[in-house]
Amino acid sequence: MKLPLSWLNDYTNIDGVSPKEYADKMTMTGSKVEGVEDLGAELDGVVTGKVLTCEPHPDSDHLSVCTVDAGTGEILQIVCGAPNVKAGIIVPTALNGAKLPGGIKIKKTKMRGVESNGMLCSHEELGISEDTLGYEPEYGILILPDDTPVGKDIKDLYGLNENVVEFEITSNRPDCFSIIGLARESAASFGKPFSIPENKFTENGENIADTLSVEVLDKDKCLRYCARMVKNVKIGPSPAWMRERLQASGVRAINNIVDITNYVMLEYGQPMHAFDLRDLAKQQIIVRRAADGEVIKTLDEQDRKLTSDDLVIADGERAVAVAGVMGGFNSEVKDDTTTVVFESATFDAASVRLTAQRIGLRTESSSRYEKGLDYHNTVPAVERACALVEQLGCGEVCSGMIDVLGNVKDMSPITFRPEKINAFLGTDIPTDDMIKYLTALDIAVDTEKMTVTPPSFRPDLEGEADIAEEIARFYGYEKIPTTLLRGETTRGGKNDRQQATDAISAALTAQGMSEIYTYTFVSPSIFDKLNIPADSNLRKTVKIKNPLGEDTSVMRTTTIASMMEILARNYNYRNPSAKLFENGKVFIPNGGGELPDEPAVVTLGMYGGVDFFDLKGACEALFEVLNVNGVTYEAVTNNPTFHPGRCAAVKAGGKKLGIIGEIHPSVCRKFGIETKCYVGELSFENIFLNIAKEIKFKELPKFPAVTRDIAMLVDKGVLVGSIETVIRKNAGKHLEAVKLFDVYEGEQIPEGKKSVAYSAVFRAADRSLTGEEVQNIFDKILKKLEKELNAILR
Amino acid sequence: MKQKLEEIRASAKEALSDALNIDALEQLRIKYLGKKGELTAVLKGMGKLSPDERPVIGALANDIRSKIEGEIESKKAEISAKLEEEKLKLETLDVTMPGKRQATGELHPLTKVLENIKSTFIGMGFQIADGPEVEYDYYNFEALNIPKNHPARDEQDTFYISDNIVLRTQTSGIQVRVMEKTKPPIRIIAPGKVYRSDAVDATHSPVFHQIEGLVVDKGVTMADLKGTLEMFIHALYGESTKVRFRPHHFPFTEPSAEVDISCFSCGGKGCPVCKGEGWIEILGCGMVHPKVLANCGIDPEVYSGFAFGIGLERIAMGKYGINDLRLFFENDLRFLSQF
Repeated sequence: MKLPLSWLNDYTNIDGVSPKEYADKMTMTGSKVEGVEDLGAELDGVVTGKVLTCEPHPDSDHLSVCTVDAGTGEILQIVCGAPNVKAGIIVPTALNGAKLPGGIKIKKTKMRGVESNGMLCSHEELGISEDTLGYEPEYGILILPDDTPVGKDIKDLYGLNENVVEFEITSNRPDCFSIIGLARESAASFGKPFSIPENKFTENGENIADTLSVEVLDKDKCLRYCARMVKNVKIGPSPAWMRERLQASGVRAINNIVDITNYVMLEYGQPMHAFDLRDLAKQQIIVRRAADGEVIKTLDEQDRKLTSDDLVIADGERAVAVAGVMGGFNSEVKDDTTTVVFESATFDAASVRLTAQRIGLRTESSSRYEKGLDYHNTVPAVERACALVEQLGCGEVCSGMIDVLGNVKDMSPITFRPEKINAFLGTDIPTDDMIKYLTALDIAVDTEKMTVTPPSFRPDLEGEADIAEEIARFYGYEKIPTTLLRGETTRGGKNDRQQATDAISAALTAQGMSEIYTYTFVSPSIFDKLNIPADSNLRKTVKIKNPLGEDTSVMRTTTIASMMEILARNYNYRNPSAKLFENGKVFIPNGGGELPDEPAVVTLGMYGGVDFFDLKGACEALFEVLNVNGVTYEAVTNNPTFHPGRCAAVKAGGKKLGIIGEIHPSVCRKFGIETKCYVGELSFENIFLNIAKEIKFKELPKFPAVTRDIAMLVDKGVLVGSIETVIRKNAGKHLEAVKLFDVYEGEQIPEGKKSVAYSAVFRAADRSLTGEEVQNIFDKILKKLEKELNAILR
Repeated sequence: MKQKLEEIRASAKEALSDALNIDALEQLRIKYLGKKGELTAVLKGMGKLSPDERPVIGALANDIRSKIEGEIESKKAEISAKLEEEKLKLETLDVTMPGKRQATGELHPLTKVLENIKSTFIGMGFQIADGPEVEYDYYNFEALNIPKNHPARDEQDTFYISDNIVLRTQTSGIQVRVMEKTKPPIRIIAPGKVYRSDAVDATHSPVFHQIEGLVVDKGVTMADLKGTLEMFIHALYGESTKVRFRPHHFPFTEPSAEVDISCFSCGGKGCPVCKGEGWIEILGCGMVHPKVLANCGIDPEVYSGFAFGIGLERIAMGKYGINDLRLFFENDLRFLSQF
């Protein structure tokens, strides 16, 4: 909401307050100032001047040499290039040292040898629009009316000595979408008096009710409908002061009648509409629901298709306005309009909001209605319009007003307990001060019953907390003390799950992996990109009804695509390698109006100088740090997202922890990556379930260990995991550790075989093992390896 | 004999002080103390002494032996130390060469800032709460005093899953879920992703992060709200940061405030970062609306509370001087490795 500061003084007096002080104070009492614009900031030193003489320039065929009286006490010689310059006219004259928009400075100069002390200006050079002028001037310098006084600052002439304050108005304060509302807040903020002048006008004796009938069919959506009529209308431009205020407020001037409706809307916050009586069939106004599919062409010449939920203003035959949103093209005020009907009505906020949304048309009017307007405001507003008609002399106000009341509600009193409010705010504000703040806002205080009753334009004040806020605003938030929490102490901290997440991040960063944050909504095309089969459950997603685009239209059921996109981005940025992880969520639909499950997922991804075992190693380190024990890795050959020979299911405690592996090259290509990528997707939930809850200390060994190496030849297809299983199963209780230290194929190894070497550590807790004992265990292991895996000892 | 012993002692002392290396020392040891050494030779003549003299000379000889031994040992240590020093002097390294290290990863800057914030609140007895990102309209709006068709809904362009399920536009719904399940006293913060239908640019993202805070107890005041948030802001931005509470409107708090801090770029003088205002808005807060308390089954006549919502990206951008929100979600390693 834009407020030209000079307008305030119609209702209160803030003279002597600088725009900066004003903005600061208003912001601190709750009317947030977004900015202050000085309309004339770029213009300085331009005054009205009379051209006394005008002669052709001796050395030019288009320049003229003029003498100008600009009220400076001396006659100025100014060279002018405009074709319309002549003696006797009054024009804007930029004096030496003047500033013009665009940072132009006027200096004494010589033009083709003739001295020039200033510049005669066009409206464009002054930055004054045709809207401000109210007409289209002829080409050249701006010729002002003959009766314009000489030496007057051009800023005064065009209302440019104005500061326009822009407010952010919150949705609870529709009353502040008006000059009067802001003036009331301003007066309360600065402790100044506030009053609304009475609207006086003469009625011509012809009663509106004899000409027009108004019927309201939906009294829930139309809470009040007031109509007044003006005859013998003379359509023309409105006066400069009105055009300037409209323009400063960001509203275009159209003609006197339309300008009056807009002026009243800005001033009172009450949207108004003017109908041409000639266009109202049967001279009727009927406020009704639209028929389903009914079409109306609005003022902007667009056809709008309505539904039976939309409220329209109709005449005896058809709709003439979409209630609260925009008037109809068929009944607008025209140049030859002679009788006008002013509408000042209150419509249901939700209804206007929905209609505006449905037809995609948000207007100054609808944005006010949808916040909920005061039905008491319709009469003063329409009376203000009539007073302006009389003031502008653009018509005769007919007698009487049609006023149809719908189903309205009035404000109820609120309990007022000053001590409770102080306890709530943590303050010690005297009751008298509270009453003073409230009274300044037109909130009635009953000190006997100890109740307060808000004015009808403050529907946001519903309870004691609302009253507390009004008091706090004007007492000053900055004066409320700062105290720390008291009362019962609470045990703060992170729970086990949160600590596990922290531990995962710590373990993975220690492995050289950096954390990423990705969008949780994805394109449905990711499933094809990941080679996920058409019948996969992963394709059952939570879908967004109104996505920004197809690319962000479904909630992800896997995080692999998100990781691949980030790997691809780093790859495209020529980062030679990347090791990344994400703590994220996937969204598994439950259907039937239920919320989806949102299991947490840990995603790992890497490329560049790494292989499968770097990824697996990161997992192993992760599980070790977290104390997740008994983790196994089983080859997976049929997951189409992954390389069929380099993919493993990760399991522990009978739960699947996730899947890790090299991404299938066809998937990499679809993400635009020409190198091998390794990705793991792990279930946080299942990892968390497998974290050892208790850790028990084991005595440190007192007796020496015996280490033996086992090297063998096995068929190439034998998994080292199965060799290790055989060793562990047959080693008995003294096996302390078994570790793979070499796998070799090639020279000196027969075709189809590989050499595998382990070192095994044996130890007894209570004595030194003898060589014989160890040899016996060792022999047993070797026998089993030979029998079960066809291993040949080397 | 005594004189002989004294001579040996004096000669050994002199010879030792001239010895230059370990070998020479060994030679001297043999010369004086060895089986055929001088001292041994003297002692061999002990039998000729009278019984009275024998113990006296014996003691003297032992004393001289142990003195010479001690001197040889200390001389040996002295020479070894010197030799070692000379050797070490040759073993020089270029200490400006790079160290050997494990590559380390970095936490995302949003996580770093979030952890910082969490630890401040945990220190004040807060717990961390969580809630669903796909949320019922009821929790995201209705229970927070934002009924259907309330204009405040326009301020948060919402992604809909169905008529009554949305992608949460704010973490505030967690307030309601916590209050429904927990009896006061309640002190929680609840960080998480939120969603708004905003096109991506340098300052907008359809996904971003908020941290919700909620305190409910008997006798919680607006002064407590100010004190708690001031403490948090001072922990995050330093004690000298000025804090300004400014009236505002949120449907689920009353009174409501927005909180500005003195610009961290110019310190409040006015600069492009703060658009010349000297203040930067960092969070919204207020006293929990009595209707919201009542919606959650908490009697507003008995309990009161405050709530706040912090935009994580905004805090991180300010803290690190990041000028483009998109960087957080691009995850370029050249970005991630800076924090």
